[in-house]
Amino acid sequence: MSVKVGIPRALFYYYLFPFWKAFFEYLGAEVVVSPPTNKQILNIGVKTSVDEACLPVKVYYGHVISLRDRVDLLFLPRLVSIEKKAYICPKFMGLPDMIRSTLSGLPPIIDVNFNAVKGHRAYKKTVLKLGSNFCSSLRKINRAWVEAVRHQKEFEELQTYGFSPIEALRVLQEGRKEKKKKKIFDFSHEIAVLGHGYTIYDDFLSLNTIKHLNDLGAKISTAENLPINLLEEKAEKLPKRMFWTMGKRILGAALHYLESSQIDGFVYVTVFGCGPDSVIADLTERYARRRGMPFILITLDEHSGEAGVITRLEAFVDMLARRGKHENYFSSYGKSVDICQSTS
Amino acid sequence: MKITFPHMGNLWISAKVLLEGLGLEVVVPPPCTKKTLSLGVLHAPEFICLPLKINLGNYMEAAEKGADTIIIAGGRGPCRFGYYCRLEKEILDDLGYEFRMIVLEPPENNFLEVIQNIRALSKCSMFQMINAVRTAWFKCCAVDEVEKKVQIVRAWESCPGLADKIYREALKNIDKAQTIKEIFFAKLNVLEAFNDVPVEPEREVIRLALVGEIYTILEPFANQNIERHLGKLGAEVKRSIYLSSWVNDHLLGSILPMESTKEACRMSSPYLNYFVGGHGKETVGSAVKFSREGFDGIIQIAPLTCGPEIVAESILSKVSFSEKIPVMTIYMDEQSGEAGLITRLEAFVDMIRRKKLSQKTATRK
Repeated sequence: MSVKVGIPRALFYYYLFPFWKAFFEYLGAEVVVSPPTNKQILNIGVKTSVDEACLPVKVYYGHVISLRDRVDLLFLPRLVSIEKKAYICPKFMGLPDMIRSTLSGLPPIIDVNFNAVKGHRAYKKTVLKLGSNFCSSLRKINRAWVEAVRHQKEFEELQTYGFSPIEALRVLQEGRKEKKKKKIFDFSHEIAVLGHGYTIYDDFLSLNTIKHLNDLGAKISTAENLPINLLEEKAEKLPKRMFWTMGKRILGAALHYLESSQIDGFVYVTVFGCGPDSVIADLTERYARRRGMPFILITLDEHSGEAGVITRLEAFVDMLARRGKHENYFSSYGKSVDICQSTS
Repeated sequence: MKITFPHMGNLWISAKVLLEGLGLEVVVPPPCTKKTLSLGVLHAPEFICLPLKINLGNYMEAAEKGADTIIIAGGRGPCRFGYYCRLEKEILDDLGYEFRMIVLEPPENNFLEVIQNIRALSKCSMFQMINAVRTAWFKCCAVDEVEKKVQIVRAWESCPGLADKIYREALKNIDKAQTIKEIFFAKLNVLEAFNDVPVEPEREVIRLALVGEIYTILEPFANQNIERHLGKLGAEVKRSIYLSSWVNDHLLGSILPMESTKEACRMSSPYLNYFVGGHGKETVGSAVKFSREGFDGIIQIAPLTCGPEIVAESILSKVSFSEKIPVMTIYMDEQSGEAGLITRLEAFVDMIRRKKLSQKTATRK
């Protein structure tokens, strides 16, 4: 029987899952993914992690526990960096140690250190070394790497066609060969949803923010829908080089959208206590405000209620609609703009 | 050009003499108060860590005194501090301040880069510069020596408050001293004065270690004077970070034989096996080190939402269990109150005293 490798459906699942899945499966392991986040996973995570950890990390704990008894190996990598001279987040760097010192009764953990700070070669070396745990043939491991990179590229390409990571994963799984562009419905506004992918694409965590915006007639664009080269190029313009990979991409996307004028507003989704976001969200807000771009910041934690988020999103979309109608004019003496127009 | 810098504990004494020695005009921001913090909280992002909020207040108060240039350290991540310089500049720009920002990016383990950075600031001679660095360094060491002394004397003194009075006086004298000789004698006088403080030798004093994020453990305003409160409760205090050893470790490449956090970093394994930015690894390592040195308890202090310290906090529970030492974590932010802190400290100290007492009776039996 093949080895069962457990991958939690949290954090970097939303960025690198196709790579890991292809890599492990090529080497003959079976990949087991935890179920989509639900109330139970959240509750367990909140109970087992420290209070101050951010929501995605708490949920990660829950996913690890839900996999605990179903797999032979847990894949909890230490993602220090996935590109040169940029980190992910301090919490990612301590994650396996955090898990190990709080949870007990876990199956063996694969905690390799992925560190590309000093270049991509070191990263590849780590992956190949990881493969040697599953298979002794170096050639096969090398081929697994090639296969994994191909899958990852396909996944990233699908996203630039307008698919979200979840949709892209589904397309990959169904093995649809023809890469159709995503069908686009009629929409009244195009809104950029910014934030860390593991927050905005986890429907349970983000309280269906994207779905609600779609229901309100908005088309969604995210940083993941833009090619990485473009994001890098825009982020280069920052006065100081951003040293968080995700932060760089979010800011790059924000700068691109501010220049391209295809976007009507920014919805920034963050979680309570996110370190990088406290800087990135504030910078994004400042840049947006200077250009007159509507901006809303939604901060989530385990106490957030969906109704509250819906109300705020509705107000935001209403505001966008009025803005379009009245060319950003609002009466300064409290009279409703609509009445002004109807009387004149 | 009137230059200013953010407060961090007694850093201002060394920073002032260094910059003045380079022939620059220095504006030391007024000491941190509630007003400083309120100014910062008003304009900083909601979830940014406490140091930025206080820094921002410092700049705004320094601007009232005429400062127009800020000097601050940079960073390459993954800790948020590395982006402070940029974020602060954007905030100050939006508020209409016209500050020039000089960012000292960290050298890659090369002391020459530090010298080049400093040289770029002013056109003073090499001799002048070396002199300024030397004086600043001696002041830094003198202040740390005095701090270490007061942290112990506070726990033993029979009339509380006397040690702090001497301490405040000492800082003033060290600040006033111009030459290395004067600094030396100022320090000597203080250490003698501390020896004359009346003490209660039969007091049951415990030893506590403070670990955590550098700003919150160095700046008394940010940690609600935790060292003084612990002293009053009869606890000797030692910190994991002192300014002089930090400078030696990070700017001088550990060339001087001093107490170093590098050793502590090594001791963080097997609990934490990787560097996590900020002072996360030092926190875990120091906790292990202090518990093996026979300290009675450890208090971790950090600003709320500090990533590296959250990692450390998760791991400290394991350290506490395996090394058999009580550990308490305290997060600081603008909502922290001094009375609440004192209650927690009292409970922690009481618990340690009881533990010691029960151990003593157990061994007697």
